[in-house]
Amino acid sequence: MWEFIHKLGSPPHFWRLSGTMVPWFGWIALVLILVGTVGGLWIAPPDYQQLDAFRIIYFHVPSAWLSQFGYVLMALAAAVGLVWRIKLAHAIAAACAPIGASFTVVALATGSIWGKPMWGTWWVWDARLTSTLVLLFLYFGYMALRAAIDDENRADRASGLLAIIGVINIPIIKYSVEWWNTLHQPATISKLGKPSIEPAMLVPLLIMWLGFTLFFFAVLLIRARAELIIRERNKKWLRDVIGSD
Amino acid sequence: MEFLSFGKYTWYVWSSVGLSFAVLIANVFMARRLLKSRIKTVRRRLAAEEV
Repeated sequence: MWEFIHKLGSPPHFWRLSGTMVPWFGWIALVLILVGTVGGLWIAPPDYQQLDAFRIIYFHVPSAWLSQFGYVLMALAAAVGLVWRIKLAHAIAAACAPIGASFTVVALATGSIWGKPMWGTWWVWDARLTSTLVLLFLYFGYMALRAAIDDENRADRASGLLAIIGVINIPIIKYSVEWWNTLHQPATISKLGKPSIEPAMLVPLLIMWLGFTLFFFAVLLIRARAELIIRERNKKWLRDVIGSD
Repeated sequence: MEFLSFGKYTWYVWSSVGLSFAVLIANVFMARRLLKSRIKTVRRRLAAEEV
């Protein structure tokens, strides 16, 4: 196991492995997202209260999941990079930020679009919405900090610390619907033991969740390769690989 | 074309779908462009060193 992790942390090995995995993740994600879209928009029955407006969840929920998952992954990678000084970990952390930020924008926007007909307003300063907006600002702060520091090692350390400190916001987002009185509904999907969503509605949602997650990893690997180039640009292996392609 | 209609929520559903797919496509496009430009930069440097 340790040997595998150690090998995975080796930039040349990661470069080869990621090159093989990107098309697999990408094409499987595309198929799953298309199947999930058809299932969510046309096969799942309309909700008895929200009617067809509930179909927005097929895009909102996977995006909201990735907005938080992306941040946790970014913080974990940053922590690994800071503790063990692994360049690849910093590359992965840096690659997570723009993807996570984009899914946070989708989660906020689709939530707002759903909120207008359901709550009668585009936006409320509700605990879940506000903490998700803070998440978006944390992503922006992380990217701005990286962009502001020219030296790659210093940028990795400073932005890594910010990522780790900001992870405190994730449990706040998760439990905001329990800790405060909010308009946002509590968890429905994670209560698989006690389902509060009809299976015909749940299956397309799980397909979309898996499709979006694989998509995230496909894009993450492409971006991590790009980040790796900056950090390894003077290494012989990279020059050999890029020069021979 | 009736299958494209979601009653009084058509605009809300399709704008969410459109935005989501736009962001998915933008993610792929921007990540690939970034990788290509960095590979190009390294190749240019390698070519300059050879001269």
